[in-house]
Amino acid sequence: MSPAGQRGALPGQPDPPAPVRVTRSRRSSLWAGIGAIALVVILGYLPYVVLSGTTDLLVNVFILITMASMWNLLAGYAGLVSVGQQAFIGLGAYFVLIFANHGTNPFLALPAAALGGGLVGLPVWLLVSRLRSGYFAITTWVIASVCELIIVRYPSLGGGTGEPLPGFASLDPTLLTAYTYWVSLAVTVIVIAAIYMILRSPLGLVLTAVRDDETGARSIGARVSRAQRYVFVVAAAGCGAAGGLLIISQLNVQPAAAFSVQWSAEMIFVTIIGGIGTIEGPIVGTIIFFVLQQTLASYGTWYFIILGLIAMIVAIWAPRGLWGLIADRLHIRLFPVGYWLWPAGTPRPAGWRALPLPRRGRPAGPGGTSGAEDTGGPAAAGGPAAPGGAGGADRAGSPGGAGSPGGAGSPGGAGSPGGAVNAEHADTPGPGGTGGQPG
Amino acid sequence: MSWVNAVIQGILLGGLYALFACGLSLMFGVMKVINLAHGDLAVVAAYVALGVIAVTHVPAVWSFVLVVPIFAGLGYIVQRTLIQAALNRSVLTTLLVTFGLSVVIENGLLQFTSANSHSLDIGSLVSDSFSIGSQITIAYLLLVIFIVAVAVLLGLQYFLSSSRQGRLIRAVADDREAAQLSGADYRHVFGIAAAIAFGTVALAGLAFGMYSSFDPTIGTDQLLLFAFEAVVIGGLGSLWGTLAGGILLGVAQQIGAQVNAADQILAGQLVFLVILVVLPQGLTGRRAAA
Repeated sequence: MSPAGQRGALPGQPDPPAPVRVTRSRRSSLWAGIGAIALVVILGYLPYVVLSGTTDLLVNVFILITMASMWNLLAGYAGLVSVGQQAFIGLGAYFVLIFANHGTNPFLALPAAALGGGLVGLPVWLLVSRLRSGYFAITTWVIASVCELIIVRYPSLGGGTGEPLPGFASLDPTLLTAYTYWVSLAVTVIVIAAIYMILRSPLGLVLTAVRDDETGARSIGARVSRAQRYVFVVAAAGCGAAGGLLIISQLNVQPAAAFSVQWSAEMIFVTIIGGIGTIEGPIVGTIIFFVLQQTLASYGTWYFIILGLIAMIVAIWAPRGLWGLIADRLHIRLFPVGYWLWPAGTPRPAGWRALPLPRRGRPAGPGGTSGAEDTGGPAAAGGPAAPGGAGGADRAGSPGGAGSPGGAGSPGGAGSPGGAVNAEHADTPGPGGTGGQPG
Repeated sequence: MSWVNAVIQGILLGGLYALFACGLSLMFGVMKVINLAHGDLAVVAAYVALGVIAVTHVPAVWSFVLVVPIFAGLGYIVQRTLIQAALNRSVLTTLLVTFGLSVVIENGLLQFTSANSHSLDIGSLVSDSFSIGSQITIAYLLLVIFIVAVAVLLGLQYFLSSSRQGRLIRAVADDREAAQLSGADYRHVFGIAAAIAFGTVALAGLAFGMYSSFDPTIGTDQLLLFAFEAVVIGGLGSLWGTLAGGILLGVAQQIGAQVNAADQILAGQLVFLVILVVLPQGLTGRRAAA
């Protein structure tokens, strides 16, 4: 919780920029971390206290959280709207089947399913990397269809009817249920932790910049294509693992179900409803999904129609989703991936709630994300969308802003030791550094 | 000779695919929207035709007189409300919204009509055919569909190049801001383009319903992908390219089926992927794949 960076006045500057202190976490983040660990411990203990019906349901929850988190990384951060992730889900399931057919324990084949998904993801990326938006979406869909059509050609994999998963005959069913549950929980925790790590890394800053403005990110020299390639391969691996979990939890695989576009629909809907572009969103969305599904279980596919309608409404009128609404009202970040900045020498600001928080969709004022009182005038402009400006290290986080936290009040855009800055909620990178004042 | 027959059947089938594709191509060309619900709309049109036939007892062949105008109106409304609202947000949102629409339509059809497959009953026309030589048989229905497709493309071409409304559509497609400055209401123009797209896809859905059986899932499983593949193979911005793309896709499928009956669809998909790699602008290649 100590300041991660400090920057003094530059010699020879008529108007020295104010030193700024930076941190990545707040007390609420610490509590969130403790809470997350406690939650995982409690979830891990569940098989001892609840019936297998509950853990079976939770396995499906974990699988959907894994898939949705991967789609969120793809579409929410890297700007790649894939409708073909079922390709890797199906392939992951079949990788586990192939290993199990050769006598490997299916649980031990899971890493191979993830690795295999990633390996297939690389050539697929070469094929689709030049495509944008709608082209990308349908081409990934076609590739998923091709994967299915190729798999059904192999009678040894069950052809079009599928095959049961061997390898668990000697295992007690109760124990199998518990193992499946623990492995699914582990995969989900690993996937979320991996996404958290990626987003806190320099790669994550590129991704966050792409999320907010891909053209802008490219124009300041971020290596967007490389970041997208990483994300595509990671998402392929994650969906491969999810597919492996799927066949283990269902104990058989059918090509039409494994490669169904239904998976894409589920991961897209829960991510949009929960909040695209946040780590928390897919988790919130998945919970909503299963609450709806369980509530409306006796009405056929109505829950899915309702979910689709909600997703369309949310996509148009509340594009940051449910978690976006919650986080804006209550100012919580369970997974802090941004930066908080405030001028050095002043006490660490306590009253976060008092700060005006620009909301997404509305261009930020000329002062970017500074406190209300010292919103800079035109003179504060440190260059339009200055890469070094802390004008939103998270929401509009630019890679340059990461490298130099002192970008708040960069030379030229005279910073003032005025109000504290909450860069986490910054909007589009407004011209001018944070805390800028007419020089 | 059976290969020649496969090619001829493929060409005729390509007409149907081009009919599916021209609406998708128009919406992408004008609004930069890829309508992921395109295939499902065709299926809905076929189901609506079933209802129309059951109520009015018109022959199935004439059901388009009612269904196509209904869908054109629907297209205008959907464009002015849902798709325009998504467009105001971002292109990404239009993808998510049309995908949501597709899933809602498909599940709604499953809920209301069951998963059974249906077809539009056109009596003996479905099997009537004439023969050229001993190997080649041409079904009247496919030939009629092909001629209708060419006629629709010709009409669309004429409309876009010669009529006032068509020139307006092209102006908005080329430069929305400039057209707006000249007094064009681009939202209305978008609505017209969507009405045409929905009308043609309804016509394609009816043709498909006469040619083959349909069920709620076939829209996303096959029709959307075929239409998109025809557009990409042919190249954007050219209706004749779309026809060429549809024909190439149809021929690839029929030749694939000739090799192995199970490989019909796979052959088409692979040809699409190869074209995407070696010829990303498509056969006519006016604009780069975006």
